[in-house]
Amino acid sequence: MAAPVSACPACIAAPLAEERAGNGAGSGYAGDGREAQRIILSLPAIHCAACIAGVEAGLSRQPGVRQARVNLTLKRVTIEADPGTSPKALAEYLTGLGYEAYELDPSQISAQGLDKRGRDLLMRLGVAGFAMMNVMLLSISVWSGATDATRDLFHWVSAAIALPAIAFSGQVFFRSAWSALRVGRLNMDVPISLAILLAAGLSLYETAQSGENAYFDAALSLTFFLLAGRYLDHRTRAIARSAAEELAALEVPRATRLTESGEEVVPVAELLPGDRVRVVPGARVPVDGVVVEGESELDRALITGESDPVFAGPEAQVTAGEVNLTGPLVVRVQAAGQNTVLHRLAELVALSENARNRYTSLADRAAQIYAPLVHVLALVAGIGWYIATGDARLSIGIAVAVLIITCPCALGLAVPAVTTAASGRLFRKGVLLKSPTAIERLAEATDVVFDKTGTLTLGNPRPDDLAGVDPQALAVARALAQASAHPLGRALAAAIAGVGVKPAPVTEISELPGHGVRGLWKGQEVRLGRAEWLGAEPGARTATWLDLGGSLTAFTFTDALRPGAAEAVAALRDLGLGVKLLSGDAPGAVERIAGELGITDWQAGVLPEDKARIVQEMGAAGARVLMVGDGLNDTAALAAAHVSLSPASALEATRVVSDMVLLGASLAPLGEAVWLARRATGRIKENFGIAAAYNAVAVPVALAGLATPLAAALAMSASSITVSLNSLRLLWEDRK
Amino acid sequence: MNVLVYLIPVSLFLGGIGLALFFWTLRSNQYEDPDGDAQRILSDRWDDVPPE
Repeated sequence: MAAPVSACPACIAAPLAEERAGNGAGSGYAGDGREAQRIILSLPAIHCAACIAGVEAGLSRQPGVRQARVNLTLKRVTIEADPGTSPKALAEYLTGLGYEAYELDPSQISAQGLDKRGRDLLMRLGVAGFAMMNVMLLSISVWSGATDATRDLFHWVSAAIALPAIAFSGQVFFRSAWSALRVGRLNMDVPISLAILLAAGLSLYETAQSGENAYFDAALSLTFFLLAGRYLDHRTRAIARSAAEELAALEVPRATRLTESGEEVVPVAELLPGDRVRVVPGARVPVDGVVVEGESELDRALITGESDPVFAGPEAQVTAGEVNLTGPLVVRVQAAGQNTVLHRLAELVALSENARNRYTSLADRAAQIYAPLVHVLALVAGIGWYIATGDARLSIGIAVAVLIITCPCALGLAVPAVTTAASGRLFRKGVLLKSPTAIERLAEATDVVFDKTGTLTLGNPRPDDLAGVDPQALAVARALAQASAHPLGRALAAAIAGVGVKPAPVTEISELPGHGVRGLWKGQEVRLGRAEWLGAEPGARTATWLDLGGSLTAFTFTDALRPGAAEAVAALRDLGLGVKLLSGDAPGAVERIAGELGITDWQAGVLPEDKARIVQEMGAAGARVLMVGDGLNDTAALAAAHVSLSPASALEATRVVSDMVLLGASLAPLGEAVWLARRATGRIKENFGIAAAYNAVAVPVALAGLATPLAAALAMSASSITVSLNSLRLLWEDRK
Repeated sequence: MNVLVYLIPVSLFLGGIGLALFFWTLRSNQYEDPDGDAQRILSDRWDDVPPE
């Protein structure tokens, strides 16, 4: 092993540590033989060689870390560490170094991202490519005039290469065709398998008879091009799956359980009914249960769509998915994990998802017409020629030539090449496609239905205009608000600081979780908090109240629009989609947001079932609805819609039912997504057209018995390459 | 045409080496992180094969 030339000693030290750890000997911390713990961190901002070196070197200097390896493609680092090493501490350490890091749940991530099926396809593709090129070389000599013994020799060598290669590489199609035939169905793989097998069989027979025409090269190029399509298809799905896995893995489901001996952090799956768990402010409630200690406010926006926090004290019922805002709570578990309301609802939705699964993709529809047509055509050609000439060998030869020429090379590439190009481009824009038919369904959308809280808005309210408020009240409010952990309090303090008011000298400030903050100012008690606590009449809008020695002031809040919401709505309108807003929130808040975005068609106070019913009714009336929502109250509507999208901030249960997930905070990519989906569907149809045009020329030639192996090879390669290039145009085409 | 007796086996053998190397790269996880590999050559620290 050569010593690396390096000016940086730390650069050498880190890999040396790795090596020692790898050998397991002579190392102080890795030699105890304990099973290593696998930690995976997500590194969304990592992008360069220096980042890789920085992260790996930084991590291997941490105690307990045996080995760290960055995967830049997946933007992740996999760490082998001693048991008991805290993933959270490592993530915080990396964030401190300037590399943003989040903990991922290793059980959600498939083993090391190793893609067995992808590798298998790639290997078969490699073999098919190797065999195709070698056989093609031999075939070219035959086409350019090799005769007699030389031609036979070339054919035999071709057979020796082609037959094993087809037996290995073609298995993908043979298996799928067999499983379809066994249950009495026809899929695209049936004509493919038949063409490959018949071409190879006929060629072998011709070779044995010293015949002129052998189709080994055609059989192999068929296999190669179709495998390429299959691999592209698989790759698109694998990328989407790993991104979806990562989203799920970002929420590490842990809870703090209180036991006789103290507190312990355990996975949520290990909790049992009757356990007591602590929920700190800012955390999501992990279980369904009853509050036994503490008072706080809960944000239920993700469950019900309400934007106002709800008070929770002892005996209050809480549901998994709610967010605790102010005070620590102790919750007695009634149901955890799979038994929570959250999970059951998600499962119900998954069951009712039939409409979606019944959707037939363009490729399937093409295959349904195509597969029987090709078989009938080949059969008719064979029988016709036998009746006309009585020559069995000739008529079988022609039937096989028809099968080979019509074989759906271009068809097999037409859809995967377009979906790969389109989903790659959408992924870079921050739209993750989870369903393979999402692009086609998105292209058909005629109407879009938005949820409000958390979808069109960010779900974190900002105070309204403070100009009309007495500066003294502002100063006191700021002093009280900045002492609070409540999101409304924080937003208020920041807004008052923004207008340049200094905090008043308020003393003895204390927070009463679930109610508000109190303190002493100029000898009198001042309070900031919920309307009920201060004895005020709660209004229709989100508000917090200030009690200044008896005089009450209300600070009202508005939920800020999500960035890009206005652009998205405008872009969707331009594309001719009808825009509708359905919210579970109060009418005042909904009307304001609708007004800001220019949405005239809105409804407030809509219950979850009604949302789903409205979407279903729109669908029954002929509309194809794109539903955009983030809460549990939207899941039924998301599932009922023709196609659905949710932001990454949505609950996992909601993301699961959506066809697409928006990875960034902005809604702006929505317009482009619809545009691109329409372009992509157009491209798929164009590709079908190209394939049909080739067949329109080639099939009569084959039927006339004029198709030579050279003609077959040319038609096949030319149509496959045209189709691929046509699909690639999607990558650089600009939106007008 | 006697030259074919050597040339065909030679061309097949050379192609076979390529195929074998392709299998080797596939088996040793060399397609797991294409972006990372493109960046790692710029780093001058010692960096051996990716861990299994």
